[in-house]
Amino acid sequence: MLCESCGQREATIHEVLIKGGAKLEKHLCEVCAQTAASEPSSNLPINELISKYMVSPGVATSAKSDEPESQATTVCPSCAMSLREFRQSGLLGCPVCYTVFEEQLGPLIERAHEGGACHVGKTPRRALDSGREKGDVQRLLGDSKERADRLGALRKQLTEAVEREQYERAAQLRDEMRRVASVEEGGDEAGSVEVDA
Amino acid sequence: MSAGRPGWTGGAEWLRGEGEASDVVMSSRARIARNLAGYPFMTKATGEDRVQVLDLCRRRVLSDEFKRASGVESVMWVDLHEVDKLERQVLVERHLISRQHSRGKLTTGAGGVDQPRGVAIGLPSERVAVMVNEEDQLRIQVIRSGLALSELLEQIDQIDDALEQGLDYAFHPRFGYLTACPTNIGTGIRFSVMLHLPGLKLTGEIERVKRAAEDMSLAVRGFYGEGSDAAGDLYQVSNQTTLGKSEHVLVHELEREIVPRIIDYERHARRTLLEKRRAMIDDKTNRALGVLRTARLLGVEESMQLLSHARLGILLGLIEDVEQHTVNDLMLLVQQAHMQCAAARELSQQERRIERATLVRKQLGGS
Repeated sequence: MLCESCGQREATIHEVLIKGGAKLEKHLCEVCAQTAASEPSSNLPINELISKYMVSPGVATSAKSDEPESQATTVCPSCAMSLREFRQSGLLGCPVCYTVFEEQLGPLIERAHEGGACHVGKTPRRALDSGREKGDVQRLLGDSKERADRLGALRKQLTEAVEREQYERAAQLRDEMRRVASVEEGGDEAGSVEVDA
Repeated sequence: MSAGRPGWTGGAEWLRGEGEASDVVMSSRARIARNLAGYPFMTKATGEDRVQVLDLCRRRVLSDEFKRASGVESVMWVDLHEVDKLERQVLVERHLISRQHSRGKLTTGAGGVDQPRGVAIGLPSERVAVMVNEEDQLRIQVIRSGLALSELLEQIDQIDDALEQGLDYAFHPRFGYLTACPTNIGTGIRFSVMLHLPGLKLTGEIERVKRAAEDMSLAVRGFYGEGSDAAGDLYQVSNQTTLGKSEHVLVHELEREIVPRIIDYERHARRTLLEKRRAMIDDKTNRALGVLRTARLLGVEESMQLLSHARLGILLGLIEDVEQHTVNDLMLLVQQAHMQCAAARELSQQERRIERATLVRKQLGGS
């Protein structure tokens, strides 16, 4: 097989990439592969991502694309960070910024994390400790839908842990699921969530 | 160097060349980013905020819970805004603080060396380090020789819990642990593995491996992280994304799927060199040792390249009278600040080159 890029030399490098669910095959010769390697990688630095996914109106927030200027001047009530400032620095000002700019940050974050949109993994211990005020726990674990999502994610991790015979980890996950589920016991709209132990 | 502090003139435990796959994997590291609820990030922190955060975090890292969870004998705290450049540089070279933390500046250029910030270092192993007031308020790191990501995750998880006992972390139901830069949110965890890949470099296959790793959303960097080159054929491979995958899934992917493939690839390249180009590789590795044992002037980059080839020679059995850990240690001790630290004074570039060659000759039994 000849190299896809130069069409002259024999293709000796064969790569199969899975990107966004689509399969992409590449067949290149050593020379073209080296040239391609020296080009910028697909992992864009944050500032490039911001200019690509946030600056152009309509990309970040299609619903409000007719008022990009007012968005740029929206200011976080807690730290006074504006979107414009964030676009320049790539850094946010405080934890509250994530709530204030959640809508605009969403697409950028998904792109930066290769499609990852929701947190899966460790949760602060204090959210899981009993004896906490309900409001406090809800603030950390989200509303009932978010807690249900978390339980789904935990269940998936539990299955994986069992498949990999990581029983200690599985036990920890079961405990965490019980505690997340116990938040619902106060008669929240989602009703009770069962945990299979 | 202030009295009572370790001399920093010895090798580091994570460079000892022990543990799983240590012929290829020099060390493994896990680092998590955390910020406190109720305080602005560094970008918007006032002088008062920084002092308060520093005070809160220092108290936690000096607590018994932290010491127990870290499994260290003692914890040394360094106020980085009060120590000189040389001492900060030594900490950078030992991978205990980032270059950014040494300078006290954010990526935006804001800040400066006098910004209140510090680092806690677990002694004597230096396996645990906690940076306070870097880009995020807390950056906790654990590091070990060889491939050991699962153990590191377990340890860093315990340390994180111990710190959290007295701190309120900023957390969001959708975005997880919140960080100043949105690229670190979610778990806030980065695993990295430092690989010694002289075989792939010599067979010209390194670019292919780098590309393959980058296509799998991994970052490939040099010995000193972002923006540094691969001195001594050392490459750091780390996860690029922190949102949407649990810590355990990340470890599994890296430790059981991706890194073993790179290790196999490197071992294959080394075998090929030995079987098909034996005379060339025998010459290259022994010649490197010869230069190291006789040179009168040595620069850092040249030393690193020669040490890399000497290490390869030892691993291939072509060099028998030098221990691997001696070469590993030298990779750290030849660095600029370490040279000056050993001499206990600032050295000019020429003086450093002379001192470096002298140290290397002495350690490797040269003339």
